[in-house]
Amino acid sequence: MNFASFEFLCFLCLLTALYYLVPKRAQWVVLLLGSVVFYAFAGVTCCVFLLAVIVVSYLAVAIMGKRQRACAAWLDANKELPKEQRKAYKNKNKKGNLAIVCTGIVILGAALVYAKFVSGYFGFKVDANGLHLGKYALEIMGISYYTFIAIGYMLDVYREKAPVQKNFAKHALFVGFFPQLVMGPISKYSDVGEQYFTPHAFSGKNLYCGAIRIAWGFFKKLVVADAIAPAVGAIVAQQKGGVFFLLLCLFYSVRIYGDFTGGIDIVLGAAEMLGIRLPENFNRPFSSKSTAEYWRRWHITMGAWFTNYIFYPLSVTKSMQKLSKWSRAHLGTAIGKRLPVYITTIVTWLFTGLWHGIAWNFVVWAMLNCLVLLVSQELEPLYAKFRTKFPKLHASAPYQTFMIVRTFCLMALIRVLDCYMNVPLTFQKLFSVFTEFNWGSLFDGGLFTLGVSKTSFAVIGVGILAMWGVSQLGKDRPLREKLWEKPWLGSLAFAVVVFLVLVFGTYGLGYDASAFIYGGTFN
Amino acid sequence: MEQLIEIMQNLHPDVDFETYDGLVDDGILDSLDIVTLITDINDAFDVSIPAEEILPENFNSAKALWELIERLDTV
Repeated sequence: MNFASFEFLCFLCLLTALYYLVPKRAQWVVLLLGSVVFYAFAGVTCCVFLLAVIVVSYLAVAIMGKRQRACAAWLDANKELPKEQRKAYKNKNKKGNLAIVCTGIVILGAALVYAKFVSGYFGFKVDANGLHLGKYALEIMGISYYTFIAIGYMLDVYREKAPVQKNFAKHALFVGFFPQLVMGPISKYSDVGEQYFTPHAFSGKNLYCGAIRIAWGFFKKLVVADAIAPAVGAIVAQQKGGVFFLLLCLFYSVRIYGDFTGGIDIVLGAAEMLGIRLPENFNRPFSSKSTAEYWRRWHITMGAWFTNYIFYPLSVTKSMQKLSKWSRAHLGTAIGKRLPVYITTIVTWLFTGLWHGIAWNFVVWAMLNCLVLLVSQELEPLYAKFRTKFPKLHASAPYQTFMIVRTFCLMALIRVLDCYMNVPLTFQKLFSVFTEFNWGSLFDGGLFTLGVSKTSFAVIGVGILAMWGVSQLGKDRPLREKLWEKPWLGSLAFAVVVFLVLVFGTYGLGYDASAFIYGGTFN
Repeated sequence: MEQLIEIMQNLHPDVDFETYDGLVDDGILDSLDIVTLITDINDAFDVSIPAEEILPENFNSAKALWELIERLDTV
């Protein structure tokens, strides 16, 4: 079921009505049944994968929980034993749990790799004539997201940072809560787990804030992202270079921003209508003044996942600590301090790239991001000197704007690797900027041969300004909450957004939008 | 505690670790320092600082770090 569809809106309205009508203690059951219905639309194979991830993570968590309780009871009963003996018992228990969590991760990781990569070579499909084996690449909706949610939860239980959910149905709801099944966010049990199971009284504010956020998500997706998509497709398909490459960087940035943040607005808005606050995934990313800041503001839950579950654990492994000691002793403090962290950063980014898709363009995308981050980190002392020497210049609006534009351009250039899905071609087109640059080709009609009319460009332009304006107005707290406090203005804003979506939205067959980039092309 | 201060001063001799309480928040300790610190602390105190304890509040001051070491050493 596509989020940006009439079908989804009907489903959400029905579910919300039912959710507030049933006795409060049964609300979570409505969410679970709703999630089952939502995911059933994706097909039997998708349901089998989701169920497998739920079962494996449930077993791992349940077994670890039982062992942790037994260990705590033993330690409690043997307080008089020497500290070393108690420590040894606890470590042995922890090692057993490590084996369990690793087994769970290997199984879930194997399922993820099989679905995303191996099935393209050794896949299967099921139809009316039965099971067919062959090169049938599987498209399992949201597998990258719910697998990461499940792995994160298993690791949190192993670390004793999250409670053990003993109820299988409640565990299934945590892993498979329907709004986050298409494009995340990758939530943590400590942030959302209990919210699913606590009763939620009907709240007009939640309903309004959720609904207007969904409408705004539709605006970003249908009025901006989908409207500019033909131009992105045309520049890539026609292999236009020179000034058109720069235009592609800009258009694709607008498209992915509208598509992904719009989709997440729909996800978080749907959850908010049900009284559930999922974690934010974006925080005005295009206002970042450095690459490091950009990655703290863009796809926040993915970045946090890789930091918490890949970067930090790898940094403190025994082999990394040995490397740290060895390199400091043999290569000096400066290199010795950097070597383990740099290796860990590169490995983490490699995983991040492969999570987006098993292809060279994602590997190169990840390595370029990593390179920019490491170089920026190395240059930080220089930046600090500059800040100290020219504090007024650094704080001035033009310089702050320069930093924002610089970061945007750098990220747009790296991001364009997604468009061509071909590394040499991307670089060939990048170099064409220096060899084939011709402003005139834009204005002699070239801009309007990309499948987007003058009117559409004007609407997209206004849409971009509107997105910027809304993000500025919501700097201190979300604009939808401010609008709720002014009922007339709030109602008008909602009506205007819905009107704009209906009039200027880009629709396909059956008034449904195209699929989301992060729900399809990636993941 | 003295041994811990000594380890920390090997990284930044110019910082007064006995009183400073914003080491991570103020950017004195970066990720390179924290990984180096963890290696040295694990070695010196026979503990194992796990990944989940790499939080700003545990590394913001020598006192917080000392409390973490003591917590990890208890069963």
